[in-house]
Parts: sequence; structure tokens; C-alpha cells
Amino acid sequence: MNKPLGLWNALILLCLPCLLLAAFTHYPLLQSVLGSFWNNATAIRPSRFVGLENYQQLLTDERLAKVLWNSLLYALVTIPVSVALSLAMALLVDSKLPGRPFMRLSFFLPTMLPMIAVANLWLYVYAPGIGLIAQIFALFGLPSVNFLGDADTALGAMMVVAIWKESGLFMVFYLAALQSVPTNLKEAARLEGAGPVRVFFDVVLPLLTPTTVFVSVNALLNAFRMIDHVVVMTEGGPNNASALLLYYIYQVTFGYRDFAFGATLTVLLASGLGILAYIQFKILDRRAHYQ
Amino acid sequence: MSRTTRTVPLSQGFNRLLAWSVAAVLAFLWGVPFLYSVWTAFHPEKYSVKFQWDAPLTFQNFVTAWQAAPFALYFTNTIMLVVMVIIANFVLCTLVAFAFVRYRFRWAGPLFGLIMIQLLITPEILIVKNYQTLAQLGFIDTIVGIALPYLTSAFGIFLLRQTFKTVPKSLDEAAAIEGAGMWRILWDVYVPLARPVYLAYGLVSASFHWNNFLWPLIVTNSPEARPVTVGLSVFATADSGVEWALVNAATLMTTAPLVIVFLIFQRQFVANFMRAGIK
Repeated sequence: MNKPLGLWNALILLCLPCLLLAAFTHYPLLQSVLGSFWNNATAIRPSRFVGLENYQQLLTDERLAKVLWNSLLYALVTIPVSVALSLAMALLVDSKLPGRPFMRLSFFLPTMLPMIAVANLWLYVYAPGIGLIAQIFALFGLPSVNFLGDADTALGAMMVVAIWKESGLFMVFYLAALQSVPTNLKEAARLEGAGPVRVFFDVVLPLLTPTTVFVSVNALLNAFRMIDHVVVMTEGGPNNASALLLYYIYQVTFGYRDFAFGATLTVLLASGLGILAYIQFKILDRRAHYQ
Repeated sequence: MSRTTRTVPLSQGFNRLLAWSVAAVLAFLWGVPFLYSVWTAFHPEKYSVKFQWDAPLTFQNFVTAWQAAPFALYFTNTIMLVVMVIIANFVLCTLVAFAFVRYRFRWAGPLFGLIMIQLLITPEILIVKNYQTLAQLGFIDTIVGIALPYLTSAFGIFLLRQTFKTVPKSLDEAAAIEGAGMWRILWDVYVPLARPVYLAYGLVSASFHWNNFLWPLIVTNSPEARPVTVGLSVFATADSGVEWALVNAATLMTTAPLVIVFLIFQRQFVANFMRAGIK
């Protein structure tokens, strides 16, 4: 049984860290909720209580509808693709094929770069006429495509960048988890006549479930909070085609100085994340019990 | 494995070849953007638009980029930021984790739940109100201002709590019987046993803050407080006249220290993380 924590020790151990945490997590969260019921102060008029007016604006804001649709698409593509790719990478790197160290390094390198560096790099890859893709296209006599300047391809281009950056990190977690899959289980399945595909789906994959939960929750968080590449590469354009929710919050708050609507959007993002994380956890958790 | 004793059927050899081809193509595609940008950084500007395998090597891009923007200042700022955050993370998260593992107190459960909220609602999401708080406190455009929201980390607390839980109670009790106080026990029993976790967490924390961009971009507006990421973005859009060879050289230059550290610690990093129970 643990010793009781005296008041003095509690103050020393918990006070400062909890104060900092409250000041920059719980306080701003509460402030966002409260602030969403008030409008912006102007030079002549202080901020005033407006009830649900900001929330009504959520419903009528056409740009927000576009941005939400983008964020949803972005999450629905980047999460499963990066998780599946990272698992494939881990299996390939784990499979005793020749040249493994190079593959491993190649997959892992993007993870070590800051997103801003990744964005610079891909700006060059995508650059119409002169970039890497344009040069490859030119070799085959294909016309140059302006990936970032075209509303049809801008969001897709952002997804590629995100997947390129984060898959390597997830691979590392899968690689480590693969080491802990007992060989005798795989051997037993093989003796029972299971082929490599069955062994993977019936033995290995269920055992990797905790890793899949961890990795996909991280992918979800990244999908909603990582927007450095949008800031640097497209600024949400063209015509909001690549704007994600957090980017929109950034733009509304620090571009248009609309802090009240920014707070309302923050509430939307925070509650959305909470719900999505909960759903994801429930789905994957049920699968975890299945094994 | 017993595969060596069996004769390998033809189909298996074919599968291996197929797997290897897939892996090679994927690894090549993954590596190309980075390799090509490295290549352009070491060659004159005119070749970044048109690849030529025998283009002359040059270091001039790095020299020009280094002189075109105050990168030395940016590096100093980033190092100060990272050191500040890591020290605070280590100290503060250790104290909280220690309190939760070694002591019992009322509301411990709910308090832990409240702390864990930060795992989901990270400071990046709360930029609007945190900016206002920072403005009220007068910390806009300072390195301390960039660091403040990150000084305590729920992730660090979670990680260290998991680790401290594995410390045998008998060790703790033995030390207490010998008359060691709270600080001695923390410092001589708990901290040494968590050393690998500190290394792994320190690496994660360092890379996160070295790489962080949006929050520093919002908080800073002068070169005096800018970390390298923000400096790099300013350089790429304004200072360089958008010359790709220069931008790529600057990108490489600002990321190299971190990449080197990561490559050195790569293996320990993964092993340590797994031991800490993040699976």
C-alpha cells in the first residue's frame, strides 16, 4: 500500500506542473467554450454575450463546409494508407530480404525531417515545369502538371506529403512489435497447413492490434493537428481546395483577427477529435478482444 | 527457422523475388525526393532544373545560404528552446509521475484523467487562446513564450509513470528503512532505473521541438526569437529569391544535426520505447 501524500509534498511535486498544464490546456479549452458565446471586442464596443450566434455562423459558413469536407477526406485517406503502408514496410524490412538496411533507412528518413523541411522538399518535387516530377514527366513526353495550383490535385498532393512523412515512424513501431510475435505460433499455424497469407491475417495481425491502436490514434491526431505543409505549400489554396480545419482556425484567428469565431472553431475541432478518438478506440478495442 | 532444411519450392522463390521487387521499388520511391534534394544542394543552381549526372560538385550553396540569413542565431534559438523544454519536461514529469506511483491521495484518479486530456487536446489545437494568454503575460516574441505551453507534457508523465511502476517496491522500502528521504529515493532508486526511458523520451521531445513550426511561427515576429524552422520558411519564401539549390541546401543544413543524432540513437530509441510499454 502506498504512503499517503502529505500536503507539503503534494505542493512540491504536483503544484507547478499541474499549474502549467492547467494554464495551457484546461484554461484555454474552457476559455474557447466560453469565448464562443461572445463576439469580438472592437475599438468602440466591448465584447458582448451573443449566445449561439457564433454557432449559427458555423452552419452558414460555406468555406467551413468545404474545409470540413477536406479534413474528413484527408483523414479518411491518410490514416488507413499510412497505417497499411507502414505495416507493409515493416513486413518487408523484417523479411530477411537483401538490402534491408537501405530500405529501412529510406523509409525512416522522412520521419526525421521537420515537416517544414519536408514541405520545402516537396515544393520542389511538385514545382511545375522544373521540379522532379515535371522532369520525369518530360522524359516520357507528358505535359507538366501544376499539382499545387490545381484545385483537383492540391489536397491529394498534401496527402502524399503527409503519408510520405509519417509512414516511416509507424513502421518503426510495427517493426518492434513484430519482434515480439512468438515464432512458435507462426510455426504451429504453418504445420496446420496455413499459407503465409493466412498466417499473417490469422496469427500476426491480431497480435499486432495494440500497435495498430497506438499507431492509428497517432495518425488521427496528426491528420488534424499537422498543417505545417499547408501553411508553407499552398496556404489552403487554390480556392480553399487544400485548407484543413486547423489551418482555417489559424487563418480566421491570425489572418482576419476574428478571435471569437476562432474560439468557436477550436471547440468544434476539440470535440470532433474527442468523438473520433473515442470511436476509433471502441472499434479497435473490440477487435483487440476478438483475438 | 527450419526453412533451411527443406527444399525451397519454386513458387516460394518467386514470391521472394516479388516481395523484393516491391520492397525495392517502394524504398526507391521513398528515397528519391530526399536524395534528389541532397543532390541539388551540392550542385550549381542551373542543374536543379535539369538533372545531369556529371554536373560539377560545389559547396557554394551552403555558404551562400548561411550568409543570406541569420542561421547561426536561429540555431542558437532552437537549441535554447529545446534544452529549456527538455529540462522542464524531465523535472516536472518526473515529479508528477513519482507522486502518482509512490503515494496515494484523494482525487488521484480524476486528476490523472485531467492530465491525460493533453494527450488528445495538444497545445497545437489551442493556438487561439494560448496566443491570447501569452499576449497578456507579455511573452509574445520570446523563446520562453514558445516553450511555455509545452513545459509539462502528459505524454512524459504517462511514460514515466509506466516506467516507475516497474520499480520493485522492495527497493523503495529498503532505501526508506536505511533512512533515505523522498528526494534521495527519487534520485537514487527511481531515476536511475528509468534512464533508458529518459533517453527515448528526450529524443522524441527534442525532435518534436526542433521540428515544431506553427506555434513558433505565430508567437515570433522578429529574427531574435525565431527557431530554425521558422527561419527556414522565411528564407525559403523571401530571402533566397526562391533558388531551389539554395533552399535545399538550407533545408539540409537545418535538419542535419537532428538526423545525425537520430541515426546514432536509432536502435536504442526503438528498444527503449518498447520497454516502456508503448506498443
